[in-house]
Parts: sequence; structure tokens; C-alpha cells
Amino acid sequence: MSRADVVPQSYATGEQALRKPSPLWTFGLLRNELMTTLRRWRTLALLGVLAAVPILVGIAVKIETSDGSPGGGHGSGGGGGGPAFIAQITNNGLFLVFTALAATLPFFLPMAVGVVAGDAIAGEANAGTLRYLLVAPAGRTRLLLTKYATTMAFCLLATLVVATSALAVGALLFPLGDLTTISGTRIGFADGLGRALLIALVVAASLTGIAALGLFVSTLTNSGIAAMATTVGLLITVQILDQIPQLHAIQPYFFSHYWLSFADLMRDPVYYDELVKNLGLQALYAAVFGSAAWARFTTKDVTA
Amino acid sequence: MDESSATEPERAPDPEPAPGPEPTPDPEPVDARDGVIATRALTKRYRGGQLAVDGLDLTVPTGSVFGFLGPNGSGKTTTIRMLMGLIEPTSGAARVLGHPMPRAARAVLPHVGALIEGPALYGFLSGRDNLLRYDAADPVADPRTRRTRVAAALDRVGLTAAAGKKAKAYSLGMKQRLGLAAALLQPRRLLVLDEPTNGLDPQGMREIRSLVRELASDGTTVFLSSHLLDEIEQVCTHVAVMAQGRLITQGPVAELAAGTRGRLVVTTPDPGEAARVLKEQGVGDVVIAEDQVTGEPPERDLAEVNAALVAAGVRVRGFTVERASLEDAFVALTGEGFDVAG
Repeated sequence: MSRADVVPQSYATGEQALRKPSPLWTFGLLRNELMTTLRRWRTLALLGVLAAVPILVGIAVKIETSDGSPGGGHGSGGGGGGPAFIAQITNNGLFLVFTALAATLPFFLPMAVGVVAGDAIAGEANAGTLRYLLVAPAGRTRLLLTKYATTMAFCLLATLVVATSALAVGALLFPLGDLTTISGTRIGFADGLGRALLIALVVAASLTGIAALGLFVSTLTNSGIAAMATTVGLLITVQILDQIPQLHAIQPYFFSHYWLSFADLMRDPVYYDELVKNLGLQALYAAVFGSAAWARFTTKDVTA
Repeated sequence: MDESSATEPERAPDPEPAPGPEPTPDPEPVDARDGVIATRALTKRYRGGQLAVDGLDLTVPTGSVFGFLGPNGSGKTTTIRMLMGLIEPTSGAARVLGHPMPRAARAVLPHVGALIEGPALYGFLSGRDNLLRYDAADPVADPRTRRTRVAAALDRVGLTAAAGKKAKAYSLGMKQRLGLAAALLQPRRLLVLDEPTNGLDPQGMREIRSLVRELASDGTTVFLSSHLLDEIEQVCTHVAVMAQGRLITQGPVAELAAGTRGRLVVTTPDPGEAARVLKEQGVGDVVIAEDQVTGEPPERDLAEVNAALVAAGVRVRGFTVERASLEDAFVALTGEGFDVAG
């Protein structure tokens, strides 16, 4: 870099030498990237859909139970008739948070993340803005890290939107109070709220695998739509394969296999086994596909 | 490449291809005599096997306004992309501001403003926010002066009034101006402008030309790709011509146009007689078109040719030599029109 440092003066033509890059500039880029993502109409629409799911579930449960019959449809309990915890919503609105997360995690949340991750590089390439970011020069590795950080921030935001919307709807339509864990013990409302937040964080972390996968797909093409469709297609394929019993040998390696393990946080004491497996698997996906995305993006010819 | 002497950039564009070295008090590792851009046997073959750029040896002198000319598909944009580190060359080397590209991209590119293949904007952001975003991507850009610099760049291209409008509502000409503004966010030592007047009205074209001249007089080297010959002729000091991935020629504009000789044009009501006399006087390739007779001027004094016409009783209304335009030079070089390469 010593050669590089001399450059600003070498052709000096009366202009002042350009200042050295601040070590914090990456955060400026990250902040700009976050704001840009949030100002996209598409991002707002996705968040709107996610916010609507708990409202629909809440209203449906309210209507279903307004005649005094127990929630959960046919009284078959939490697991059988619908998403987990749906039977308890009428007793405690806080359970709508868990139900909404359980309902959106298999498809809505990862689909939203897949759209944002798939669009990350390919969308910029499609619009031609990628070449201007690169000659700015944003630096390929930094741009990729910024994109991944933004996608992860979106995972967290999307999860919190679902949880917050569910909490608000639950508080409006149903009573709040102490709650009963899956293990049958009772915990206070504050403790329940804490666990809800913890669950939201775990759900957000569960999405880092597909975020990395989507980012990798995004480096392969110059079409944002193609990258989004491929990522969401992979999600659906994996979700289907995860239901086929004959594939049980490879199912533990699917990024979605342990997703619903977040329910174990509602046990007392908490059962960590599958939670740890889930987070480990997400870290593995992030490492593998993050490296693949880096290898691809840093050597790719930008022709768009 | 390994010499440590350097030259001051010329204040005024100089028709000489390589500015003579001047001793400067502080030695530096960059040899400016290589030019702001120097490529050696630069080659790009795309994965399909198509040879886009074939053994390019290009030298852009410091302080020049360098016209990069060629038909569509001749490899201009691929060359620019290699110079900007967007594409890895298949073989050969490129140096920009004395540093190898794309390896030294992070050191070089903050000094380079670029408009590549037209502007690209975020339609859902305002013009100002587009520039703020591009500036945030530049590691050496000072965030404290960002808003001032963005405002100055918008003012320079005449977009201040439309700065708050969403970019998707911009006309093509406004988008082009915003793209130029992005290239002018910082003081630059090299501006790479790919078809900068595309989509602009004549007034806009004039403004861009005067902007280019102004920047050049500040010492910025301007690398201007265009397929508009008269545009290159009007603003450029140097020119390179590409066709089918190969460099056909490069040098000062004046030299290139001088390489092609002008044509003698005689306006007369007696074209037949005039043509006979002109042939006698050694004028080659005589062509009669209504009241005009044109031909290749001979080596001898043209005053004598005119005297011979008058002596032969030819009534002469006009007797001129039309200087060769860059277009003539281009046709002479490529031996063809300005068609899209296959």
C-alpha cells in the first residue's frame, strides 16, 4: 500500500490530496445500504404481508372461538389442527406471537428473506448500479459483506415485525397474563414476554442459512428476478423433501429441518439439543455459501 | 514502468503524444510518461470464445482529452471495463495512473470518475439520494462534506432544481447528467466518459463539451469514448480508433486528420473543360458533380493549377482545398463505413 499512498500527490493538479479512507466508512456504506433497502417499495410490501399474517390468524381464531368453542379447530391440541400454540391463544394473547412465528417460519419469512437476499447483488447488476458501486470503489468483499449484513438485519426486522404485530393483535383481541409452558409449568407474563423475544431472535437466526444461500445465488446471475425465484424455489424444494420419510438420512442437513425447534424455548426447563443443532446448521450454511458467494463475486466479470 | 521520474501534467492540451519529461523535485514511483492509461497487449476473450479486445496497446497522455473512437461492438466498452477493474483481462496488462489494474483498483479508482455505458440509477431514490449513495460507496469520500459535494456536483450539471425528484421520473438527458454528476463528486485526475452526450439535446451536448474542456483545462485527463466523429473532433486533443477489437491508430487529432489529404474543389460553370485541365495538371481521381470538380491535389503549387485553368479559358467561381475531416480519416483507416461490427 505504500505505493498507493503516494498516488494522491503524484499527479497533483492543484487539487488537494484525497483523504485516507476512514476505518469507519464501511458503516457509512452499511447504513446507506440499510436505508436504501428499506426505501424499496418491495421491501415495504413484504413487511406489510408479514405484519398481516398475525392479524389474519388473530381474527380467524377470534371468530372461530366467539361461540365459546375451544380454539385449534377440532380440539386436537397444539400440534394437530394448525400451527403450534394456536389452541392457547384464546387464553393468552401472547401465544399469538408463538403461533404467528410458527406459521410464518416455514414459508413467509424465508420467502421474504429469499427475495431480499436474491436481489442483493443480482438486482444491482440488473439495474447497472453494481458497476458504479464497484468503480466508486466500494470493494467487492466489502460490498458483499455489507449486503449480507443488510440481509441479516432484514431477517431480524422481518421477524420482529411478525412478533410485534402478533403481540399487538393478541393484546387487542385476547386477554394477557401468566402462561403455561409446554411442560405444564406456569411462568409470569414478563418471563413469557422475555421468552417471546428470545424466540424471535432464534427465528431470525434460523434464517441466516437461506440468506447466505440467496446471496450466493445472487452472485451467479445478472437477473434479480431469476435469483429471487431460484432462492424461493430452493426453499420450496427443501421444504417438500423434508416431508418425504424415505429421505430421512439427509434431512438433518436441510437448512429448514430444525426450524420449528424454537418451540423448545417454551419448555421448562428449556430443551437445548435441537436449538443448538439448528444454530450450528445455520452457521454451517452461512460459512459454506458465504464463502462460495465470496469466491464467485470477487472473481466475476461484471458485464452488466 | 520502473523509472522514477515524472512529468507535470500539461495545463493546456498538447498535440504531442508523449509530453517531454520535466524534472520534479520529489521523485515518485509513477512514471507519468507511460500516460494516465497504458495498456500492453491487453486482450479479452469472453467465455463463448469471442475475442472482444485483441492485443491492445493504448497510451493516454497526461492532461489530454482522449477520444476513443470506434463503431458499436468494436471493443470500446470491454476495454473501459478492463481499465476500471470490472473485467479481468484474458492476457496482457493495463495500468491506470501508473498502477496495475484491476489489482490496485482500491488505490486508483477514487481518483477516477466514470460514466460507463450510460447512467444507472436507483429509480425509487431522488437524484440527490442517488449521488449520496454512490458517494457513500467511496472509501475516501469524507462523509462530513458529502452533502456539500453532492450539491456542487448537481449544480455543475444543472440538476439542482430536479435534485429532489425521483430518478425514475428523469428524462434520458437528465439521467445522463446525473451520471456525470456522480463522476464529478470528487476532484478527479482521470475522467472516463463513455458516450457522455448520449440522449442529450444540442444545448446539453454543448454544455457537456464545455464542461469537458473546463475539466481538461484544470488538468484532468479526459478519456472520452464516442461514435460521434464531430464530437471527438471538437473537444479531443488525441484520438484512438478501434475496429473489431483491434487498435487501428492512435495519436493527436491534428496528425490523424493531416494523414488524410484534403480534396481540391473547383466550382465552375465549365466542369468538362475544367476536369480536362485539372487532369493535365496532375490532379488525380477527378470527379465531376454538377458545377463542381473535385480531385486529389497534386504536389505542385496550387496557384499554378489555378493559373492553368484561367489560361485555358475556364471560368472559376471557387478554388479551395477542403481539409480532411476525422470522418474521412476514419473511412480511410478502416476502409469501410461506420457500421456495426459483425
